[in-house]
Amino acid sequence: MLGARDRPEAAPGAAVTSVAEIYESMEYGPAPESASAALAWLEAHGNRFDHFIDGRWVAPASGAYFATIDPSTGRELGKVAHAGKADVDAAVAAARAAQPGWAALPGHARARHLYALARLIQRHARLLSVVETLDNGKPIRETRDIDIPLVARHFLHHAGWAQLLDSELPGYRAIGVVGQIIPWNFPLLMLAWKIAPALAAGNTCVLKPAEFTPLSALLFAELVERAGLPKGVVNVLDGDGSTGALMVEHPGIDKIAFTGSTEVGRIIRKATAGSGKHLTLELGGKSPFIVFNDADLDSAVEGVVDAIWFNQGQVCCAGSRLLVQEDVAQALWSKLRARMETLRVGDPLDKCIDIGAIVAPVQLQRIDALVRQGVAEGATLWQPSWAVPTEGCFYPPTLFTDVHPASSIVQEEIFGPVLVSMTFRTPDEAVELANNTRYGLAASVWSESINLALDVAPRLRCGVVWVNSTNTFDAACGFGGYRESGFGREGGIEGMYAYLEPAFEHGLPQLPEAAASEPYPGFVPGGLHLAGSDGALVSIDRTPKLYIGGKQVRPDATYCRAIVGHDGTLRGEVGDGTRKDIRDAVEAARAATGWTGATAHNRAQVLYYVAENLLARRTEFVARLAQHGGDVAAAERELEATVARLFSYGAWADKFEGVVHNPPVRGVAIAMNEAIGIIGIACPDECPLLGFVSLVAPAIAVGNRVVVVPSQRFPLAVTDFYQVLDTSDVPGGVVNIVTGVRDDLAKIIAEHDEVDAAWYFGPAAGSRVVELGSIGNMKRTWVNYGRARDWFDPRQGEGREFLRQAVQVKNVWVPYGE
Amino acid sequence: MAPGDSSLDTASALRPVPAVTVASPAHARNPGMPLLLDWVRDVRVNRSAVERRAATIGPRRGVKKQWQAAWLLRAIRLMDLTTLQGDDTPGRVQRLCAKARRPLEQHLVDALGVGSLELRTAAVCVYHEMVPVAVEALAGSGIPVAAVSAGFPAGLSPLRERIREIEASVAAGAQEIDIVITRAHLFTGNWQAMYDEVKAFREACGDAHLKAILATGDLRVLRNVARASLVCMMAGADFIKTSTGKESTNATLPVSLVMVRMIREFLERTGVQIGFKPAGGIGQAKQALVYLAMMKDELGRPWLEPELFRFGASSLLTDIERQLEHHVTGRYSAGYRHPLA
Repeated sequence: MLGARDRPEAAPGAAVTSVAEIYESMEYGPAPESASAALAWLEAHGNRFDHFIDGRWVAPASGAYFATIDPSTGRELGKVAHAGKADVDAAVAAARAAQPGWAALPGHARARHLYALARLIQRHARLLSVVETLDNGKPIRETRDIDIPLVARHFLHHAGWAQLLDSELPGYRAIGVVGQIIPWNFPLLMLAWKIAPALAAGNTCVLKPAEFTPLSALLFAELVERAGLPKGVVNVLDGDGSTGALMVEHPGIDKIAFTGSTEVGRIIRKATAGSGKHLTLELGGKSPFIVFNDADLDSAVEGVVDAIWFNQGQVCCAGSRLLVQEDVAQALWSKLRARMETLRVGDPLDKCIDIGAIVAPVQLQRIDALVRQGVAEGATLWQPSWAVPTEGCFYPPTLFTDVHPASSIVQEEIFGPVLVSMTFRTPDEAVELANNTRYGLAASVWSESINLALDVAPRLRCGVVWVNSTNTFDAACGFGGYRESGFGREGGIEGMYAYLEPAFEHGLPQLPEAAASEPYPGFVPGGLHLAGSDGALVSIDRTPKLYIGGKQVRPDATYCRAIVGHDGTLRGEVGDGTRKDIRDAVEAARAATGWTGATAHNRAQVLYYVAENLLARRTEFVARLAQHGGDVAAAERELEATVARLFSYGAWADKFEGVVHNPPVRGVAIAMNEAIGIIGIACPDECPLLGFVSLVAPAIAVGNRVVVVPSQRFPLAVTDFYQVLDTSDVPGGVVNIVTGVRDDLAKIIAEHDEVDAAWYFGPAAGSRVVELGSIGNMKRTWVNYGRARDWFDPRQGEGREFLRQAVQVKNVWVPYGE
Repeated sequence: MAPGDSSLDTASALRPVPAVTVASPAHARNPGMPLLLDWVRDVRVNRSAVERRAATIGPRRGVKKQWQAAWLLRAIRLMDLTTLQGDDTPGRVQRLCAKARRPLEQHLVDALGVGSLELRTAAVCVYHEMVPVAVEALAGSGIPVAAVSAGFPAGLSPLRERIREIEASVAAGAQEIDIVITRAHLFTGNWQAMYDEVKAFREACGDAHLKAILATGDLRVLRNVARASLVCMMAGADFIKTSTGKESTNATLPVSLVMVRMIREFLERTGVQIGFKPAGGIGQAKQALVYLAMMKDELGRPWLEPELFRFGASSLLTDIERQLEHHVTGRYSAGYRHPLA
């Protein structure tokens, strides 16, 4: 079965090519990397692998195994255990049991373990490379020169985070047991991206490799054994989607980290909604590769090779949409076609090939079907003149021109060596085309003008931008996407936060669930207790309105809701917002892009000014807040805290800055904190004004625009507050306020695809509603799962945690050198 | 032979010019073209991207077993076996020429089964003073003599003298002339002067092929290398060459890649094939294989012929012999076991 890899160079009886013949032809010959050590490793295990649970190799409870195949030959490499419920339970239990001890180790002790893993990976680099290539079909050059060195780098880097955790990330604790589901395109590298930060932070792991590529994770598990990690800290289960589903739904797992398709990511988001499980998703992409007319075109062509013909194009961040400035398009395509002729497709273990095998027949069929669809839709297909091997899963490099944003192959992620190319006229049009996608993972920008490249990079809606380069990675630089490419970052300190939570969160009290179902009356009998009535003359009636686009507007349906104070008296009637009001508010927020582009200094001034104007109306707001709480002293405290909070974010506005990484290239990677865009916010009932400001201020401080549903029970402080916004130079559309039934409105916001993130601070049921609603555009969510923060406590109510939720980190790689 | 004779006129007068014909089919010369400054100025080179590509050429393209042996033989065939030392003597040059004729020991030739190839190097490259010695030593071999000329290696002697030196070397039998550009013209932006000078050298060459050395170690910036490459090709250089071997940095892969890309662009725009010669710093067989892979992938099979590609090398041959010996015997060889060049 397995000896096939050790085939003689030429079949017996076949003529051996002579030196003299080769001297004339100057062909490349076979340059095979030997598979013998990897095959010996497989054979030493009887070509059969069990689960790695609690530091032991455990047979599957069901006794079921499934085959893993070498896609370049179609031959079976071995069988691996298929995990069912009992196996998942056992692995989670082992991880759970190990977690407190692992987290309690000093950071230095965990660092030693991670360091040992890094060194073990380096020592066994070649074996890991060959095993990976056999199982996945990717070229040995890539596993040897790219994947495995990055794996070692990731463990070494995170050994450092373990060492520095206490000093650099105080106030945080490990999340607990992490379920990690990884894809087949970079099996060991994705394992490293998942396991290294999780372990550094003190979590324990249950990892499931993809069913196409289980082997390198099993070899890694042996290294875990050899490194002497405590039992149960790392558990490896094999299986298919059903095993993944068991993990996703497992109540003993505190976080799911998933890399894979958007389709599955959506299923996971749905399945975990409201469960309180932390979630990070690294999903698909259709990343633009933009070539301006002042680029080094020959180098851009090589960039395309690295973008779309790296790993057979099976890369989530592959530059699969080539956007070329119209005046150089023909020249670039001509160079590209010439380069495609010299690419070599074939045996992945051959050191002289560029493109290996597609991971499995089902993927090959998918690629083929999409290519056929492209042709059927009228696109012009170009492939090199040479033929790919007929045995095994191979597909030639493919270029499509005459495609348009409306073409299926321009929108669909093909996940294969297929490039589509369109032209643009101006930088603006390049940005528009680049962002015309549901995804937002990466982009590549080619220009010799630093002005142009650094102008375009921030305007691209994606998590990574490579200037004059592509597909470069480093453990110190965060990686992750926007939009339907997922959320969360891997690598760098951003990646560490994804495996930590604020230490105070565990001790928070739970809000009563009843609050959600509390009657929220439309019309109540009784008189309106207007503030300022002195008996002689009734005060003037006030209609709290919605605040949309800088204007006070009536709700679309012109119904209102009664708001009663602590004593049960009617204190006002607020608009009962509907989906149309949310629609209008989002429209207004969408238009208010000037705020996002404003300087940090400008935003800081506005926030201070809001505080100034709020304080000027102190008496009025204290009275209003006292209507709610019944306690004037408490109302005064809330007002003071609100003013201070506004000052905090005025302070932060020009201080929450990115960092400059020094990846191992001559250049920098600039980690920019970028506004997410439009954030929908559902505010807590407790502290109606302070809660509102605690959430809105950090969001707008970094340049977001918000659509806010204020406290359902007592929104009157906020409907008063819009007048403060009006007088404080907050541009229209930056803060939009829609009063009404919080959970209904939060659902509409969460389901709105123009909204980029949704925050919810209310009873637990609402958190689930928001997380469920978010799957439309896979927006980021931040919810409290019914836990009540103390908004007065600065540790819980303000600071970096809020700001981090309000930004996305974009890493812009800028290699330089003349 | 009068080694002490330093007068150009006398030297050429004393020695008859042998009527040597090059064994390989005559290659179309570069007729040159007008200087197109827009083209020169439009050139863009991204150093980091070039370096990244250069760094993967070797790892992407291994050749093993008999393929490696054949490729190494090809490297020998493309070699300008060179001695450019102040202490060169006729004896030294004769020894080099003997090696050029018989670069491999017979037992290796036999074991590799390549006797029919009549393997020899592409040329022997010497200073003007040694041209007659080399011409005589190579007589009948079909191996041309290349002379470094025109005030090599600085290239800063009077222009008239540089032109006369070329004429004298050609008269002495050199079929290839390696000149070095005036780097100052590049740094002062005087492309016209660079063009005129190379064009004058080309005219002085007559039928001899002109290799223009850019001295890339001096030019430093890859964009400079690209621009100088273009100007030399426009002016009629048949080859562009990286280095004299005397700059602090010799041929590197990134520099070579830039020059090769310019050759490709020149070919695309004019249809004229220009040769490439990396020189200096290529002492190992493994490096030579990477260069060959670069030429094959970037420009194609024609650039693996001596008409379009040369290695300027002095120590490379010994390392190749050692590798071939290893291929044949399975044992690692020692340098002293191979005949000196």
